[in-house]
Amino acid sequence: MPAALLDVEHVSKRFVKHPNLGERIAGLLGAGPKAETVRAVTNVSLTVAKGEVVGLVGESGCGKSTLGRMIAGIYTPSDGKILFDRAPVAKSQGRRTQKLTTRVQMIHQDPFASLNPRIRIGDTVAEGPVAHGIVKPREADAYVADLLGRVGLDPGYRRRFPHQFSGGQRQRIAIARALAMKPDLLVLDEPVASLDVSIQAQVLNLFMDLRRDLDLTGIFISHDLGVVRHVSDRVAIMYLGRIVEMAPTSELYASPNHPYTRALFESVPRIGVGRKDFRPIAGEIPSPLHPPSGCHFHPRCPFAGPRCKREAPALTAIAPGRSSACHLNTGGTE
Amino acid sequence: MSDAVLRVKDLQTQFQSRAGALKAVNGVSFEVGRGRILGLVGESGSGKSVTGYSILGLIEPPGRIAGGEVLLNGKDLTRLKGEAIRQVRGAQIAMVFQDPMMTLNPVLKIGTQMIAAVRAHDRVSRKAARARARDALAKVGIPSPEERLDAYPHQLSGGMRQRVAIAIALLHSPAVIIADEPTTALDVSIQGQILAEVRRLADETGTAFVWITHDLAVVSSLADDICVMYAGKVVESGPAAEVIASPRHPYTAGLLASVPAEHEPGTKLPQVPGSTPALANLPPGCAFAPRCAKAGPACTTTPPVQTFEDGRTALCHYPIEPVSCQPHSLTSNTYRSAS
Amino acid sequence: MSSSSALPLPAETSWSRVSNFWSDFRQSPVAVAALIVVVVVVLMAVLAPFVTPQDPYNQEALDLFDARLEPGEVGSGGYVHWLGTDAAGRDIFSAILYGLRTSLIVGVMAGTLALVLGTTVGLVAAYYGGRIEALIMRVIDLQLSLPAILLALVLVAMLGQGLMQLVAALVAAQYAYFARTTHGAASAERRKDYIEAALSTPLPARHVLFRHLLPNALPPLIVVATVQVANSIALEATLSFLGLGLPITQPSLGSLISNGFQFLLSGRYWISIYPGIALMLTVVAINLVGDQVRNVLNPRRSR
Ligand SMILES: Nc1ncnc2c1ncn2[C@@H]1O[C@H](COP(=O)(O)OP(=O)(O)OP(=O)(O)O)[C@@H](O)[C@H]1O
Ligand SMILES: Nc1ncnc2c1ncn2[C@@H]1O[C@H](COP(=O)(O)OP(=O)(O)O)[C@@H](O)[C@H]1O
Ligand code: SF4
Ligand code: SF4
Ligand SMILES: [Mg+2]
Ligand SMILES: [Mg+2]
Repeated sequence: MPAALLDVEHVSKRFVKHPNLGERIAGLLGAGPKAETVRAVTNVSLTVAKGEVVGLVGESGCGKSTLGRMIAGIYTPSDGKILFDRAPVAKSQGRRTQKLTTRVQMIHQDPFASLNPRIRIGDTVAEGPVAHGIVKPREADAYVADLLGRVGLDPGYRRRFPHQFSGGQRQRIAIARALAMKPDLLVLDEPVASLDVSIQAQVLNLFMDLRRDLDLTGIFISHDLGVVRHVSDRVAIMYLGRIVEMAPTSELYASPNHPYTRALFESVPRIGVGRKDFRPIAGEIPSPLHPPSGCHFHPRCPFAGPRCKREAPALTAIAPGRSSACHLNTGGTE
Repeated sequence: MSDAVLRVKDLQTQFQSRAGALKAVNGVSFEVGRGRILGLVGESGSGKSVTGYSILGLIEPPGRIAGGEVLLNGKDLTRLKGEAIRQVRGAQIAMVFQDPMMTLNPVLKIGTQMIAAVRAHDRVSRKAARARARDALAKVGIPSPEERLDAYPHQLSGGMRQRVAIAIALLHSPAVIIADEPTTALDVSIQGQILAEVRRLADETGTAFVWITHDLAVVSSLADDICVMYAGKVVESGPAAEVIASPRHPYTAGLLASVPAEHEPGTKLPQVPGSTPALANLPPGCAFAPRCAKAGPACTTTPPVQTFEDGRTALCHYPIEPVSCQPHSLTSNTYRSAS
Repeated sequence: MSSSSALPLPAETSWSRVSNFWSDFRQSPVAVAALIVVVVVVLMAVLAPFVTPQDPYNQEALDLFDARLEPGEVGSGGYVHWLGTDAAGRDIFSAILYGLRTSLIVGVMAGTLALVLGTTVGLVAAYYGGRIEALIMRVIDLQLSLPAILLALVLVAMLGQGLMQLVAALVAAQYAYFARTTHGAASAERRKDYIEAALSTPLPARHVLFRHLLPNALPPLIVVATVQVANSIALEATLSFLGLGLPITQPSLGSLISNGFQFLLSGRYWISIYPGIALMLTVVAINLVGDQVRNVLNPRRSR
C-alpha cells in the first residue's frame, strides 16, 4: 500500500456546552443545567492514500462536519492526532486553532455563506495565494483568470460580487478559492447539498475532472448515498460520532454489513422503483449529549442483544480492506 | 378525472417589485383526487411554495393572485376573503411547512395548541378536543401520544415536531393537505418514517396531499401523480411512474438523467447546462430554451400544452417520444436492497 | 468544461447600489426633509464666515450699543439683526452659525474618534474570544451602565476646559457604544462560513480582522455613528450649558443657550431660544436620517 497522505489516529472531539449566566444562577439554586459535553467524534481512525477519495456518510449530527473540520485544521482534536504528510495539520494556541499547512483546503456546504459578500470574487480567490507567496501580487490577476476558467467560469466575472452569481456558480468560485492554494487534499463538506438537482451534476462533473487533472485526494462528506457512491473510492459510514463501517465503494453498496448501513440503504427513497412500501428505521436518532450505552445503534437495531447494551463493538476487519463495528461479526450479541 | 377534490386552474400569482410584476406562478393547473398524492417538483424559485400559499390564500402584498381559480370541492377559494377563507383553512384544507415551528408556538404545550386548533372550528368540550388531539398524534405514529400532549415543542426532535404539524393539519380531516418540503430538513431515516405514514394516511383516510419537494426520489416513491414546475409553469404532468420511466419534457428528462445513482460510478454525468433563470429576465418563448438540448426554431415562441395518452401533458414544442421498453428501465444498477 | 459561464448576469456597479440605496431612502418624506435640514445645517456651518454679517470671535467688532437688540432691529453695523443680539452685542444669527460650526466639529471629531477606538476594541474582543473578550466586554458593560453625561462631567472636570479636552471627554464617554455594537455584529459574522474559510486558508489574523470581519460589521456602525454625532453635539451643549464646555468667546450652541439663559425671564427670549431651536433641529434631523439609514440597511427587508 502506498504511504498514507492523511493519517487520522484515534481522534475524538468533545464540545463543552457551558451554561449561560441565567442558567448558572439557576444552577446555584440547584435547578439549572450543568456544563454538558457533546461527544461529536469518538475515537475515529482513518488513513487516506494519495489520489484516493473517501466518502463520509451519515445522518445529521453524526460528526461528519466535525471530523472534516479537524482534518481541514479548523478545529484541533480533543484526543488523538491528525497527520498530513506526517506533520500535524493544526495546533492549538490557547483557545484558538493555528493551521499549519496550506495543502489541505476545505469547501463548505453553503456557497451563499462561504463567500464574503463584500469582496469581489477575484480578490477572494487571490488573497490566499498572495498572502502565502504562492503567486506575486502582480501576477495574481492572470492566476485568478486561469483558475476561474478552470472551474468553468468566465474570467471576465472576476470583478463581480458573490450575490451576482447563482448557487452553482458560487460553488465553483469556492472551489477555485481552494484550488488557488495548490492543495493536495480537499475536504468537501456536502458540496452539492444546497444546489439544485440540475446543478449538482455540473459540480460533481467538475470535481471529477479536477480530481483527475490535478491528482487530488479528497474527503467527500455527504448524506446522499447516490452522490457518495458516484465520486468515492472508499466509504466510511458514521453513526453518532463513530465510524461503524468502512469499505471500498462497490463492495459496500453491493453487500452492506453493518445493520445501520443496511437500514440506511433501505430507507432511502429511490428513483424509478415506483410506489414502494417503506421499511424505515424505527426510532429516533439519539442525542450526542446522552448517547446510548454499548453500541450506539442498539435502541434501533433489529438484531440487538444484551451484549450490545453492555459493550461497544470495535471496528474490526471483516474482509481485506473492509471493516465493521458490530458484535454480529465477532461472536454474536448474547 | 371528475372526482377531483382540489382543482387548480390557470393560477397566476405575481409579486410587485422594482423590476415590474414578477410572475412567480404563471398559469399553473392541476387536480388531485381523493386519497391521492400529487408530487409538485421543481428547483428552488420555480414557484412551488408560492403555488401552495396561493391555494390557501396566504399571499400577502406586494404579492397578489392575478388570475385563475382554486376549486376545493367545487368552491373557488380565490374569491373568499377574510373570515370566510379562515373558516376553510384548517378545516377543509391545511398546510404543513418545511419548518414545523411555522405552525407551532414555542411557549405553549403541544396539547394546548392542538385543543385550540380543534376548538377553532368545532364547538366541542376541552375533553373531547384533547381526545381528538391524542388520536391525531397516534395516527401519525407518535409513540405515547398522551404524554406528548404535555410536552413543549422544544422537547421534541425535528422529526417529531414535523409529525405534530402533520397531526395538527389532520385534526379536522381536511379534504386536502398542502405540504411544502416537509421532510427536506430531516434525516433520511426520519424522512422514510414520515413518508410511510403519509402514504398510509392517504390510503386510509382519503385525504389528498399536494407534496411539494425538489427531491425526485421522494416523489417517485411517494406520489401517484407528478407536476414538474419550471419558472412558474407546469412543464410536465402525469402519473408518477410513467413520467419517471419516460419523461416527455426535455427538462424532466435532463433532471432524471443527471441523478448520480443511475450511472456507473465515476463516469461523467449528463448535465443540464446553465442555471435557473431569474424571473425578472426570462427569455422570450420557452423559458427553458437557453438550457435545452432539443431547442429548435419554434422555441422562441411560447410552447403549447401537449396532451398525451393517460392524461399526460408536456409544455413543449418538441416533446420527447416515449421510450418503448417497459417502465423502470432506470433501476438497473441502484443499490442492492439488503436482505 | 461547462457552459454555466454563458449565463448573462446584470452587471451591478457601485453606482447602481447607491441609486438603489437612494430610492429606498426616499420612501420616507420625513427622512428626506431631515436630510435636507442636515445638509443645510452643514453648509451653513461650513460657509459661516461668508454668510454671516459679523464674526462673533472678533471681540473688537462687538459694540455694546448693539446689546440685546430685538429680532429684526437694525444695529450700528447697518444691517438687520434677524434673530436679535445678546448682552455683548453679538448678532445671534452669526453666533448660531459659528456655534453650529463648533458643535459640528466637536460632534464629528468625537464621533469619529469614538468610532475608531470603539470599533477596534469591539473587533479585538470578538476575534480573540475567551478571556480577552470576557474582560473587555465586562469593562464596556460597566461603562455603559453609567450615564454618559456623568462620565463626561467627571472627565472635563479633571482635564479642564478647551476643545481638545472636551473631545477627549466625549470620546471616553461614548466609545463603549461603538465597542458594544461592533462586538455584537462581529460576533455574529465570526460564526459565518466565510470567516471559517478565511481562517482555514489560513489568512493572517489582521487580514481576517480588517478585510473580512470589519467591512461586514460596518452597516450597523454607520447608524450608531450618525446617532452618536448627534449625541456628542447634545452632550457638548449640555456641558457648555453647565459651564464646563467651551467659553462664550468660542461660542458653541450650548454656550450660547447658557449665555442667554439669564435673560429668558426678562423677556429677551431670543438670546437663548434661537440657539436652542438650532440645536434641537440639528440633533433631531441627524437622528431621523440615522433611523432611515438603519431601515434601509436592515437586511431583513427584502430588496
Ligand atoms: N462548535 C460546536 N460547539 C458545540 N457543539 C458542536 C459544535 N460543532 C458541532 N457540534 C455538535 O457536534 C455534533 C456533530 O456535529 P457535526 O456538525 O459534525 O454533524 P454533521 O454530521 O456534519 O451533521 P449535518 O449532517 O447536520 O451537517 C452535533 O451534535 C453538533 O451539535
Ligand atoms: N414575498 C415575495 N416577494 C417577492 N418575490 C417572491 C416572494 N415570495 C416568492 N417570490 C418569488 O417567487 C418565485 C417562486 O418562489 P417559490 O414559490 O418560493 O419557489 P420554490 O419553488 O422554491 O418554492 C421566486 O422567484 C421568488 O423569488
Ligand atoms: S452491535 Fe448489536 S446493536 Fe450494534 S449494530 Fe451490531 S447487532 Fe446491532
Ligand atoms: S419548447 Fe423548445 S426549448 Fe422549450 S423545452 Fe421544448 S424543445 Fe426545449
Ligand atoms: Mg455537517
Ligand atoms: Mg419553497
